[in-house]
Amino acid sequence: MTAVIELRGVTKVYGEGASEVHALDHVDLTVLSGELVAVMGPSGSGKSTLLTIAGSLEDPSEGSVLIDGLALAEMSRNDRARMRRRSIGYVFQDFNLLAGLTACENVTLPLELDGTSSKAARVLGLEALAALGVAEHAARFPDELSGGERQRVAIARALVGERHVLLADEPTGALDSANGEAVMRLLRKAMERGVAGIIVTHDARLASWADRVVFLRDGRVVDQTAAPVGPESLLVPEPTT
Amino acid sequence: MSVPHALLALLSEGPKYGLRLRQEFEVRTGEVWSLNVGQVYTTLQRLERDGLVESDETDGDGQQKRYRITEAGSGELAHWLRTPPDTELPPRDELIIKVLVSLRLPGVDLHEILQVHRRHFVEAMQHCTHIKSKAADDDIELALVADAELFRLDAVVRWLDAADARLKRRPLPEPGVAEAAPRATRKSTVWA
Repeated sequence: MTAVIELRGVTKVYGEGASEVHALDHVDLTVLSGELVAVMGPSGSGKSTLLTIAGSLEDPSEGSVLIDGLALAEMSRNDRARMRRRSIGYVFQDFNLLAGLTACENVTLPLELDGTSSKAARVLGLEALAALGVAEHAARFPDELSGGERQRVAIARALVGERHVLLADEPTGALDSANGEAVMRLLRKAMERGVAGIIVTHDARLASWADRVVFLRDGRVVDQTAAPVGPESLLVPEPTT
Repeated sequence: MSVPHALLALLSEGPKYGLRLRQEFEVRTGEVWSLNVGQVYTTLQRLERDGLVESDETDGDGQQKRYRITEAGSGELAHWLRTPPDTELPPRDELIIKVLVSLRLPGVDLHEILQVHRRHFVEAMQHCTHIKSKAADDDIELALVADAELFRLDAVVRWLDAADARLKRRPLPEPGVAEAAPRATRKSTVWA
């Protein structure tokens, strides 16, 4: 498996002098192709900063970020913007779909911004919507869709075309339990296609879908879980009468 | 886990042999609770003694007896289905006690103790979710059991998070300094 996302000694400091805050403090994190990593931590632990830095929306104060083995700091501004459009997809708790565009247009927008023709983008957009089970809603507007359907459209947008880096911030936060589980099943399915994903959350049930859970505290990685292995049973002790 | 009542529930569908009851019990509980034959027959004998089931009059060692539920058994089953389990007294929870005694232990980093447990419970949740995600779509029994286990573990993780946040807001008590007497406002709580 190849490393898709790599954070090496990433530190992020906001403010100066007495008001200086270390949002991230020498964080190392590698996510492989096909791997889903959850980052858990309380509010203010640095989860969201980690996500924006991994997605190249913000620069680290120290350390480096590599996507597909390429160091972001060594890329030109234009190359970074292109890499963001082509490789990285975001999923947010509140979906962040554009209300004036249909589901399909929302999904194809990043492709068209990147120069893909409308026709080719539409083919890829419909493919992405079909993979998430919402192809029949392609012509609908976001306010005509349920929360679960909107999040599926948002995930389709995050994974359309060649996009294979998925960064999600509490992606099931606005959904009920059944829809949240359906969304996580689809995300896991996407991982099987070689997508590398980071989900930040404070919800252990959501995090439990990940291959690995990393615990963040005061900007530092303090611990992580092993991938689930072992017997395929729930191992409940024998009952006694 | 009430095996007698689960057996009454299976018998309410019609008369059954002991071996079949054992198989059905396992399948119907998501195959996560195993039951040995001895337990089944001991339980059936007790239910028969209490007049909640009756069996065919056959000779031999009882292995081939067919059991049916009685009217009293149906009444007991209906009562059990509608009676919530006892939740009034909190259980004597080892984790809570561990955290409480750690509060004043010298040289103990309570945040680290909480994290060790958080990791353990999240790993258990990953295990449950992994099994649930691999199960067949129509395996409703397994999904229900896995959900119950996930919500139970999630509650523990939430408590650990809340404890962590509470301790962060308020400095830890000095090691080894116990309060002389319980606070006047604190009710004496006797846990089972």
